Amino acid sequence: MNVFLLYPDRNFDPQTPLPPNAADLTQDLALETLWQAMAQGDKFLFETARLVLLSGSQEMGVIHYRQQILQDCLKNPATVRALYQIPIEAIENKQRHWLGIFSHYPAGILSSAVEMLEMLVGLLHRLRQIADEHAADFESPGFRRFFAMIQQELDDACFAEMEAHLRQLRFREGVLLSAELGPGNEGTNYVLRKPNTPDGLMKRLLSRKSPVYSFTLHPRDDHGARALGELRDRGLNLVANAAAQSADHIDGFLTVLRRELAFYIGALNLYEQLTALGHPVAFPGLHPAEERRHTYRGLYDVCLALTMRKRVVANDGEAEGKDLMLITGANQGGKSTFLRSIGLAQVMMQAGLFVPAEEFSANLCSGIFTHYRREEDASMKSGKLDEELKRMSAIVNHLRPHALVLFNESFAATNEREGAEIARQVVDALLERRVKVFFVTHQYELARGYHERQAPNALFLRAERQPDGSRTYRVRPGDPQPTSHGEDVYRKVFEKER
Amino acid sequence: MPFFSILFNHPAPPLDGIQPPACLRDLNLDQIIEAVTAPKQDYDLKPFFYLPLADDGAIAYRQEVTRDLQDKTWMAHICAFAGRMAAARRYRTMTEKLDFEYHKKGWFLEAALTYCEAVEGLAEALQTTPLASRGLQGLREYVLAYVQSPAFRLLADEARQVKAGLAAVKYSLIIQTGRFSVRRYEDETDYSLEVEKTFARFKQGAVKDYRVNLYQGTGMNHIEAKILEFVVRLYPEPFAALDRFCERHADFMDATLLTFDREVQFYVAYLDYIAPLQEESGLPFCFPEMGEERQVKARDAFDLALAENLRYEGAAVVLNDFELRGAERILVITGPNQGGKTTFARMFGQLHYLAALGLPVPARQARLALCDRLLTHFERQEDIRTLRGKLQDDLMRIHDLLKETTPRSIVILNEIFSSTTLKDALFLSRKIMTRLLELDVLGVWVTFLDELAALNEKTVSMVSTVVPENPAERTFKIVRRPADGLAYALSLAEKHRLTRAQILERIRP
Repeated sequence: MNVFLLYPDRNFDPQTPLPPNAADLTQDLALETLWQAMAQGDKFLFETARLVLLSGSQEMGVIHYRQQILQDCLKNPATVRALYQIPIEAIENKQRHWLGIFSHYPAGILSSAVEMLEMLVGLLHRLRQIADEHAADFESPGFRRFFAMIQQELDDACFAEMEAHLRQLRFREGVLLSAELGPGNEGTNYVLRKPNTPDGLMKRLLSRKSPVYSFTLHPRDDHGARALGELRDRGLNLVANAAAQSADHIDGFLTVLRRELAFYIGALNLYEQLTALGHPVAFPGLHPAEERRHTYRGLYDVCLALTMRKRVVANDGEAEGKDLMLITGANQGGKSTFLRSIGLAQVMMQAGLFVPAEEFSANLCSGIFTHYRREEDASMKSGKLDEELKRMSAIVNHLRPHALVLFNESFAATNEREGAEIARQVVDALLERRVKVFFVTHQYELARGYHERQAPNALFLRAERQPDGSRTYRVRPGDPQPTSHGEDVYRKVFEKER
Repeated sequence: MPFFSILFNHPAPPLDGIQPPACLRDLNLDQIIEAVTAPKQDYDLKPFFYLPLADDGAIAYRQEVTRDLQDKTWMAHICAFAGRMAAARRYRTMTEKLDFEYHKKGWFLEAALTYCEAVEGLAEALQTTPLASRGLQGLREYVLAYVQSPAFRLLADEARQVKAGLAAVKYSLIIQTGRFSVRRYEDETDYSLEVEKTFARFKQGAVKDYRVNLYQGTGMNHIEAKILEFVVRLYPEPFAALDRFCERHADFMDATLLTFDREVQFYVAYLDYIAPLQEESGLPFCFPEMGEERQVKARDAFDLALAENLRYEGAAVVLNDFELRGAERILVITGPNQGGKTTFARMFGQLHYLAALGLPVPARQARLALCDRLLTHFERQEDIRTLRGKLQDDLMRIHDLLKETTPRSIVILNEIFSSTTLKDALFLSRKIMTRLLELDVLGVWVTFLDELAALNEKTVSMVSTVVPENPAERTFKIVRRPADGLAYALSLAEKHRLTRAQILERIRP
């Protein structure tokens, strides 16, 4: 029995190592804000959102599969939340009744396992019931498969068989073992057997004709009683293991169910908040990684929106067929916000989520990387440019064609000419290896170089500035200009003081 | 040739009460020997490491054996043999402590079976696995004759028949409260499998293993003894055969094989020790050519003790070369502190000592000198005597050292006279150097006195080097001439491999 709600053919593995750029991506795109909105204070939801978003898929099929499931969730929130309650209840029951397999002896393991199994089989009944009642409301292949599997695997015969074992496993009549002689003529290979009498009863076995030698322990022979208990444990070892592992398997199934549903519960939470704040969301149009697509209407920075709790600036634009987007323009003009909205939309899209826009379509990419200018390294181990180059080198280690790299004021920790030269070396190589690049810079020298080349695959965007110096925080197509209007900012600050 | 020993091509010298040579501590060879022998405590291998050989025939005998054992197949055979011999000895000792008759006899049978497997496995290996050394050839002759002897054949055949009879016994045990019954087994089905089958549909990959590791082995309590007693009554014949076996084969282990079992661990222990350095750290080891001539040469050599420490830290080991040719006798090492000078001196000594044990040495290629003694004098940092006392102590130690030195010796001196005035140090050092050169010994002298380096044609100057553009950074390379100051003008981007060409190289299309 498999959950398969995040992938059509496998479970999500929370142990999969996160991509090496996970920490930078989290910091540069302010992803924690997004996860907090999805989690609503629940640690598990937060962790799941984190893992799923950081390990986004590069397969159109997988993303589409999730999009369809998510659409089902948005239509049936109550049923999905009820399903999510089943694994939650398993955890609560375990805590409330101190269930768990903690013993170090087979007999103890067996009795704890039987208790666990009784509780879990009860929850499986509930799962079957939800499937029977609501399966018809779901349309996505993912949910249809899931419910069909529940109805098929957890049929009435299965429940009867499980319950028969739960009675038998208490061994009220004693245990029957087979054994052989191992090294030193010590008994070995103790195997628990089922009496082969017609009714499976032990006492009939003992009344048969073949020779039997019996021994009754002296009532005060504690040592002997313990030794006999140990032998019994040897016999029960495997069945206790089988029962305990069965309990773990069911528990494991519910854990996977919890993990995979948690992503959609997080998505429901996010959807409900954005809708309440009046922000639009859209299911993005997917294009293969080999293409160069980017078209957006009403694209906004979802983290900023969640923090400000009001409408924020949205951008429209298109960059079809473009490999390099160079964003220049006014300081504090919305360049970074725009860059973040591009990165967030890509991350959310590749996780299978809706995106913060009225309309959005883009090509998938083989990895999302950010290279942002950082605060001075506290350890003072390396110079600032050295540190930036080190990070860049680490990114290059993991780049493959069709990756997406977002640069924010990179390589500016030296004089402009040198910085531009390093940036040009890097960007040229990335473009040649079919890496898609968004580069935010206030350095005219770099932008000018690309602008003069008039490359058809480059798009120049500029943070808008009104003639009076005020900003709209919109990013529009526009050629680079030799000043970043630092003077404006200076004036704004100093005029405020006056 | 009769088979004496896998360690000696002539009757083994007495090793009882042998003391570690004094140079071990200075050269950090004590650490190496400790680490090499630690996993093999039971074999008491240290005495073998305290006896360097001065005869190239004896060294060649060991080098041949080591070469054979370096082969993974041989190593596996020897490990299998050693494992079985150890088990057989353990079982044999154990039977002396057991209470119940058929328990005792059962373990005696186990000891015999394991011993037979050990011997037969070794014989098989000796026949099927290529070997070139005289040592293993001698062993082959011995073992093949032994396994074909009637006494051994009888032991092996009978042990197996008796074991087969006992292994065929299968019985049932019914356990109820305070009571148990024993009967023959009658094909009842395995209940654990049925439970597993029912719940298999929930399988989600690996789960915890709840099988309790129930301690089983050397013990038999009175309940188990009672069960065994019932089993003997149900199946009397196999136990009668066991009685007969124990009477007939009271003493079955061969003394020569017991000796081989211990001695071969000398090689195994060392090869096990260097294996991770070769395989994980990629460090070179080689068999040195050994000669009487006072000419030595090594390429890519390193300090073995340091390499082992650096392996834990994940740091790289710096390899160094040295050569003494023609009239050259003494390498004089100077240069900045912490530059690897002491390490270099130790390395020189370790190479010669390990070579004299007949073992592969830490270098890519080496030609080394046979020597009667390896004498060292390293400054003792923990000495808290007065300056005067220390100088006197230094001189006394040097005096003793020179008394022992012969033209066949190797001498390694490290920062002696560092606590006296420059003038005194130079005076004393010249005196000592002259004595050493008269004796024509080979050696290394680490010193802060540049003047010593250019004393005459018998001394060779070597210098520890620094990174030219950053003199604070050591390279740990010791070279035959002073650093030439060649600076690299790498741009920062190049250093991080971030030029356009470098990136194109790094990202595959």
